[in-house]
Amino acid sequence: MKKASILMSLGPLFLLGLYVFPLWKIMLGAPQYPDPLGLNIHINGLKGVNEFDIQNIDGLNHYIGMHTLPKAEDMWEFGTFPTIIGIMVALGVLIGLLGYFNKVSYKWFLGWFFLMSIMGILGMYDFNEWLVDYGTDLDPNAIMKLTNPDGTPMTYKPPLLGHVKMLNFDVTSVPALGAWLMFVGMALTLIAGFLGWKNSKKLKSLA
Amino acid sequence: MKIHNYLMMSMGAALMLVSCGQQNQSSNGALSSSAAEKVYVAPGEQDEYYAFLSGGYSGNLTVYGLPSGRMFKEIPVFSQFPTSGYGYSEETKPMLNTSHGFVPWDDAHHPDISQTNGELDGRWIFINGNNTPRIARVNLSTFETEEIIEVPNSAGNHSSSFITENTEYVVAGTRFSVPIPQRDMPINEYKSNFKGSLSFISVDPEHGHLDLKFQLLMPGFNYDLSHPGRGKSHGWFFFTTYNTEEAHTLQEVNASQNDKDFIAAVNWKKIEEYVNNGGGTKMPANYAHNVYDESTHMATTTMKKEVLTVDPLKVPGAVYFLPTPKSPHGCDVDPSGQYIIGNGKLSADLTVHSFDKMIAAIEGEKFDGEAYGIPILKFEDVLAGQVKSGGLGPLHTEFDGKGNAYTTFFISSEVVKWQLGTWEVIDRKPTYYSVGHLMIPGGNSRKPFGKYVVAMNKITKDRYLPTGPEMEHSAQIYDISGEKMELIYDFPTHGEPHYAAGCPAELLAPKSKKIYRLDENKHPYAVTSPTGSKVVREGNEVHVYMSTIRSHFTPDNIEGIKVGDKVYFHITNHEQDFDVPHGFAMIGQNTSELLIMPGQTKTSVWEPKQVGVWPFYCTDFCSALHQEMQGYVRVSPANSNVELKWSLGE
Repeated sequence: MKKASILMSLGPLFLLGLYVFPLWKIMLGAPQYPDPLGLNIHINGLKGVNEFDIQNIDGLNHYIGMHTLPKAEDMWEFGTFPTIIGIMVALGVLIGLLGYFNKVSYKWFLGWFFLMSIMGILGMYDFNEWLVDYGTDLDPNAIMKLTNPDGTPMTYKPPLLGHVKMLNFDVTSVPALGAWLMFVGMALTLIAGFLGWKNSKKLKSLA
Repeated sequence: MKIHNYLMMSMGAALMLVSCGQQNQSSNGALSSSAAEKVYVAPGEQDEYYAFLSGGYSGNLTVYGLPSGRMFKEIPVFSQFPTSGYGYSEETKPMLNTSHGFVPWDDAHHPDISQTNGELDGRWIFINGNNTPRIARVNLSTFETEEIIEVPNSAGNHSSSFITENTEYVVAGTRFSVPIPQRDMPINEYKSNFKGSLSFISVDPEHGHLDLKFQLLMPGFNYDLSHPGRGKSHGWFFFTTYNTEEAHTLQEVNASQNDKDFIAAVNWKKIEEYVNNGGGTKMPANYAHNVYDESTHMATTTMKKEVLTVDPLKVPGAVYFLPTPKSPHGCDVDPSGQYIIGNGKLSADLTVHSFDKMIAAIEGEKFDGEAYGIPILKFEDVLAGQVKSGGLGPLHTEFDGKGNAYTTFFISSEVVKWQLGTWEVIDRKPTYYSVGHLMIPGGNSRKPFGKYVVAMNKITKDRYLPTGPEMEHSAQIYDISGEKMELIYDFPTHGEPHYAAGCPAELLAPKSKKIYRLDENKHPYAVTSPTGSKVVREGNEVHVYMSTIRSHFTPDNIEGIKVGDKVYFHITNHEQDFDVPHGFAMIGQNTSELLIMPGQTKTSVWEPKQVGVWPFYCTDFCSALHQEMQGYVRVSPANSNVELKWSLGE
C-alpha cells in the first residue's frame, strides 16, 4: 500500500505540467504555408505556436467569415480550468498521503481517477462545443461564402482529434505535451489503485 | 590449387579489362548525366551556397544559388530600383546623396563578405561604386543596403571594397589619379602633380558603421585591384598598379610601355599606429555619409567636411613597391597569406611574390631605387615563382584551400588550375567567352570552400538564344572537387558581374529575416494600429498615415485634396507574416511604386495636377482579394473648400 500511495501522490503532480505546456495543438498547413500555422491551447488561453500565428490565422479566417480567436478573458473556461486543475492536484496528493498513513483505502485512488476522467470528458465536450461554434457561426457578410456539393453552406469546424482537409488547409488536431503529462499522471493513479486493490486482496488472504 | 589461383587471376584481369572498356565507351554520356545531377537542385530543395555577383553598370548586387545558378534577388545598392521603390521613396532617397547631389546610378564592382579571423562571418557584404566613388554596406540578415559612404579625393573607385581579415577596414583605392585637392590645372601637368588616394574606412564591429579613418596619398599611378594580407601577412594590404608611366592621354598605349609596374605593399597597421598617435594632416573635404536605420526604416545623409590624409614618406617602413610585370590587374593573396599573386594582364605569365622574401628584402634594405621616395624592392628578391601558364591575359586568381589556385585568362578565354609552390599547371578549361573574374566561395579568405568555381564572362555571343544586339553576360560553373575541373553549368547573369563573393548557405539562411516587427517600427509617420490612420494638412502639404493589411488600405477614401498639394502617403504594412508585402501606386505619380515589407513603413509623394477622383491600388498580388485592394482620392480645385476627410467602409 505504501508503494501505491506514493504513486498516488506523485501522479496528480504531473497535471502541474498543464500550467506550462499546452493541452492541445491544432496545426494548419497549406501549400503556401510550408511552415504551418499553429494554435497551442493552454488551460488559461490560446497561444500561437509561432509568435504571430494567431494574427495570421485570424487574417485568413476573416475571408470565410469566422470570428477571431477568443482572448483569455472572452471564455470562462480559461478562468476556471486552472482552478479546477489546482484543486484536483491538491486533492490527489492529499488522498495519496492519507493512503500512505492508511487513513483511506485504494478505492479513494480510483475515485480520484474516475472524477478526473469525468471532468476530462466534460472538458473535451466543452472544447468540442466551442470548435463547433467557432467553425459554424459565420459572418453572413463573409467575403467567401462556400457551399458543399449538396448546396448546404460550408462550415469550418476543426477536428477534435486527427486530420481534416479544409479548403486549401490540412488541419491536424492532437494532444500536446500538457495532455500527455496529464495522461501519464492519471495512468499512475490508476496503477496506484490497481496496486492498492492487489494489496488489499493479499491482506485479506493473509487474514 | 595453383591452377585454381591462375584461373581466378586471369578472370580478374579479364573483368578489369571489361570494366575499363565500358567506362571509356560511356564516358561522354556518363559525364554529361553526372554534370546534370551535380547542378540539379530538385524542386523544393535548396542550394549549397549563396553567390553574390556584382551588377556592374546595373549599380546593384545580385544573389544567386550554387550550384543551380538560380537568381534569388537583386539588392538595390547604388541605383534607383522601381521594383521596391529604393531611391524613389522618401526614406531611401538620401541613400543616393553625394557631394555632387543626388546620383541615381553607379557602376558596382567588387563585393566582399565580412570576416572574423580571416574566415567569412556573414554579417555584411560590402561593395564599391566605381564612378562616383562610394562604398556600400549591405546587411546580410535583411539583404538591404544600410550604409553608403562617399570617398573623397578618389576617382574610379576600383581597387575596392576589400576588407581586412577581422573587418577592421574596408579599403577603397582610386583607379584614376587626380589633383588632390581638386583644382583647375592643365591636364598635361599630370605627371608628379596628380595623386592616387588609398582610403582605409573603419568598420564598427557592432553596427558596421563606416568611418573614413585615413587616406594614404600615393604617387599618381592607377591603383587597379587590391587584397588584404592574411595570417602571417595580416596588417598589410596589397594594391596592383598600372600607368606607372603617369600618362594622361591614350593610356591604351602610353600606360603600357613599362615592362614592369608595381604591386604596392602597404603596412596599414603601421599607418594606423601613426594616425592613432596624432599623425596625418587634416584636409578640408566634402563627402556624403548615408545611413539607413532599420528601426525607423529611414535613411539620413550627413555631409562630412574633413579627411585625414597621410603622406607615405612620413611613415617610414609603411609602403614598398614590388615590381610586377605588365600592368597587373588582380592582386590576390593565398589562404596562408604567404603568396601575393600579380596577374599581369598583358603577359602570359603570373608573377607570385613571397611575403617572407618581401620581409627579408625590407629588413636587408635591398632596394632597387625608389619612386617618389617610396623604396622599390628588387624583383628577384621578392619573387617566389612564375606560373608559365601558356594562357594569355591573366586577370584574377582564387584558391581552393587545398594548395591549388585558379586563374582566369581573359584573352585566351580559359580558367587555369595550378599548384602553389610548384607553380605547375594542373588543368585548363575553356570559358565562354573572355572571362573576367572568377569566384570560389570563401576564395578570398583563410578558409575557401573549394567545391565550385564560377567564371564570369564578358562576352556571350552564341551561348543562349539571341535577344538582339544586347545580351546578358554568361557565367559558367565548374566542379573543382576533383583533380580536373569539370564544366557543369552555364547561366546568364544580370548586369555585368565584375567580381563575386560566396559563402555556404548555412551561414546566412538561418538568420535571414522573415518580417520586420511592427512593435519595433519607430518611423515617425508609422501607423501601428488601424485606428491610428489619419490625414493631416500642413499648408499645402498633406500627410496620409495609411495602413495596409489583406486586403484593404486604411483609409481607402480621401477627400479634400487640392490641385497643387504635395501629398505624402506614409504606408505601414500591418502584416506579420513571411513574404506578404503590399504595394502602393497612385495614378499619374512622378515616381515609382512602393513595395512595403511586413511591419515596414515607406513614403511616396504625389503632387496632383488635375481635378478628379483618382484611384490607387496595391501592386503586389497579396491575396485572393488583391484586385479589390484599392482606393480613391478626390482632388478638388486649388481654391475649393472641400473638407479634408478620410474613411474606410463607410
